[in-house]
Amino acid sequence: MLDTLLPILIFVALALAAIGAWRRIRLWRQGRPSPVPFFRGLAAVPRRYLVDLHHVVARDKVMSNTHVATAGGFVLAAVLMILVHGLNLAEGVLGWPLLAASAVMFGGSLFVMRRRRNPPARLSRGPWMRLPWSLMAFSLGVLLATLPTVGILPQDAGSWVLAATLTLLVAWGIAELFLGMTWGGPMKHAFAGALHLAFHRRPERFSSRSGGEGRSTGLKALDLDDEQAPLGVQTPSDFTWNQLLGFDACVQCGRCEAVCPAFAAGQPLNPKKLIQDMVVGMAGGTDAGYHGSPYPDRPIGEHRGDPQGPIVAQAGQTLVDADTLWSCTTCRACVEECPMMIEHVDAIVDMRRFLTLEQGSTPNKGAEVIDNLIATDNPGGFDPGSRMHWAADLDLSLMRDVGQAEVLLWLGDGVFDMRNQRTLRALIKVLRAARVDFAVLGDEERDSGDVARRLGDEATFQSLAKRNIATLSQYRFQRIVTCDPHSFHVLRNEYGELGGHYTVSHHSTYIAELYDAGRLQFTSWKRGTVTYHDPCYLGRYNGEYEAPRHVLKALGIDVAEMTRSGHRSRCCGGGGAAAITDIPGKQRIPDMRMNDVRETGADLVAVGCPQCTAMLEGVVDSPADVRDIAEFAADALVVESSSDAVPPTVSDNASSSQEVVS
Amino acid sequence: MPHELTKPASLTVAVLLSVGRHPVTGRARRADQDARGLELALSLSAARIELVHAGPFDDACEASMRGYLGMSSGYTETGADSVTLVEQPSQADVLPALSHALSESLAPQLVIAGERTEQGEGSGMLPYQLSESLGWPIVGGIVAVEAVDEGVATLLQALPRGQRRRLSVRLPAIITVNATATSPRQSAFGPARRGTLAVVEQPAVHDEAQDEWHVEPARKRPKRLKIVKSTSARERFKAAAAKSDGGGGQVLTDVTPDEGAAAIHKLLKEEGVLR
Repeated sequence: MLDTLLPILIFVALALAAIGAWRRIRLWRQGRPSPVPFFRGLAAVPRRYLVDLHHVVARDKVMSNTHVATAGGFVLAAVLMILVHGLNLAEGVLGWPLLAASAVMFGGSLFVMRRRRNPPARLSRGPWMRLPWSLMAFSLGVLLATLPTVGILPQDAGSWVLAATLTLLVAWGIAELFLGMTWGGPMKHAFAGALHLAFHRRPERFSSRSGGEGRSTGLKALDLDDEQAPLGVQTPSDFTWNQLLGFDACVQCGRCEAVCPAFAAGQPLNPKKLIQDMVVGMAGGTDAGYHGSPYPDRPIGEHRGDPQGPIVAQAGQTLVDADTLWSCTTCRACVEECPMMIEHVDAIVDMRRFLTLEQGSTPNKGAEVIDNLIATDNPGGFDPGSRMHWAADLDLSLMRDVGQAEVLLWLGDGVFDMRNQRTLRALIKVLRAARVDFAVLGDEERDSGDVARRLGDEATFQSLAKRNIATLSQYRFQRIVTCDPHSFHVLRNEYGELGGHYTVSHHSTYIAELYDAGRLQFTSWKRGTVTYHDPCYLGRYNGEYEAPRHVLKALGIDVAEMTRSGHRSRCCGGGGAAAITDIPGKQRIPDMRMNDVRETGADLVAVGCPQCTAMLEGVVDSPADVRDIAEFAADALVVESSSDAVPPTVSDNASSSQEVVS
Repeated sequence: MPHELTKPASLTVAVLLSVGRHPVTGRARRADQDARGLELALSLSAARIELVHAGPFDDACEASMRGYLGMSSGYTETGADSVTLVEQPSQADVLPALSHALSESLAPQLVIAGERTEQGEGSGMLPYQLSESLGWPIVGGIVAVEAVDEGVATLLQALPRGQRRRLSVRLPAIITVNATATSPRQSAFGPARRGTLAVVEQPAVHDEAQDEWHVEPARKRPKRLKIVKSTSARERFKAAAAKSDGGGGQVLTDVTPDEGAAAIHKLLKEEGVLR
């Protein structure tokens, strides 16, 4: 009886799955066009899956092995089952590997079951709770149905009752695993996920065999010259089709939720829920079918949307609240953790763009900051002619005067901030001690456009960027050094699309290089314990985790690492203009970060970002002082003699320079 | 006209817009007070909005007008997405051209203007001269138009120290917006780019008075430093929260115009304005 039923079952399921796939693809195709290399993309899937995706999954060893057993077993078992039971091909030979594959899968599903017994809060429940049972039904059903095939049991073993039970078991498994893949269900992640890997909007983020870095973090530019092109994303169908595909790939593992600083602070954002809301919007309906953690303090079931309706409605029921989008600090912790390679930050900025550029509804101080950037080229509304007031006594060489230098020191908007001025002075002391030939743009420098872009104001970003690029093109320099990771990221990764290509170094990288080249000598550190806070825009955005630690080590500091450091560093709360939009939560993100510091028992936090400095120094009852890497280096400098330390180009200003280096 | 006002969009409001100037960098922008005027106009439901600017049509003008147009998101059906630009050379007296455009082609019932421009003469006289030339009443320092009914507008006027006075004025009328009126909404790039500038030609009248003027940048005056005498945070807070020392002054209600004028005359003498 099984011989008749199984082929029917398999081919009906495959046909239904194909119909489901077609419907699913039609949902994705509602999005805007985005050209992809079709065959090259498909060909890249195995590598992207086995190397890049597995690299993320493998951070949790148990889950990684579970997935390898379950998914690997399933793929093999499914293919062999179609051959053996569907087409009755080489039953005697292929039956054995089928047996083995289903056994491995069964083993994996036991671990899935164990995990589902007491699942952590980040995991979704609902249909996901039945998944281990479905996996078991499939693997066990196939395993038992194959026993007679390979001759372990006689062909007519058992009664028709047993055969019927077995058929039901296999049918259940096939329904979940084949139909669920394309009709929606926990297994949808496999179908959408594989295609998402193939047609990812950022193919350059995957590693390549030739050893590519595999990092792509710069936001994509809007085409502002085309007046018909939409400004950002208003409705789910305004996303590109492969972004929609990416949302559909979400496996609801909640790793993003577990690392999101805004979620932890009780702000109304949960990256997982946001992605699921995008799926709801793409298919139309309400979020009532979502079974994970909600946005903090926003009950489930109140949001609804459809593909052509606005995501953030100005009245009535909305798919996503504007607060949710403005809570994001763009720290990329979610993207870093996502095993499905979903680009949450891109989606959030796309939606912010619409709110700012079309609706003009940037919250709180956002609008004021944008106005300031337009009128004064800096977010604080300061006189652009007062940019160099902080350095009145430093006699810095201006690019306007010297025309070329080895290093262009990009100062950033920290020039207006008294705290950051101390960092800048320290950095200049270090550069002078190493006799670096450097110059600054002075009043010709403008805001890099980072804040404007994260606020969704692409127009102001591009205006600032283009003017900065025009200024930079007048001068010759080998590289740009900056102590602001936000400027660093924008100059390095986001100006390229607008025609500005530069070698950019963060000051910690540059100080490390100077030290390694023997151009700096440090006395060793004697006071207290030090921990290091990785800025998001230096670490996750640009992969620079080592240089700051190298500098600290050169000073003789043994860094007491926080639990969340390196690529898992927790945001200070100041990125993505979140400090400007200031969405209320239950606690403040910098307070949480300072608690991380407290756990290490450190008296000092080393930072490498003006924004992190400001956020962490704003913590009341702080257990530790905040110091920039440049300040650490400047304090420990060994200067051979003051007169030698005066840069060769400056002769008549020895006294002021001495004051700086002494 | 009164029975017409019951129909939607039967009220036409003209908002006079000037080219603003950022106080720090001098870049062209939407002028803050005129933007408040536009914000006031947008708060009027079912009103047709005519945006009007008279002056030279140059880059600064376009940048500034687009700043106002950027406020029209969601209000395109009111007409806030188009500026009527009465083009005038820079040396012209815009009053006759503006007056003609308002009375002949736009025909608003309510004209909203800021109290003074951010550059140029900035005398704040234009609304008054317009009132004189059109023969319409003018009310200054308005923070809200509460209702328009039967050809009569109910206005809320700002008085010192946060006091408000409710006034009724028969339309057509001119109002100027107080600096404490609702601050203008954000100007968005999309609607600013899509908005239209409809250039209207008007004969120019040369402003002869201006020829005799000599214009130079204002001199920086020395500022008196604020000396903080308090020693504790509590005292500083009290000082910051204290009401300014006014003390004097009186509110005159229900007095005859003669009595009122006499009171003002007496005050001006006391203050040494009149001798």
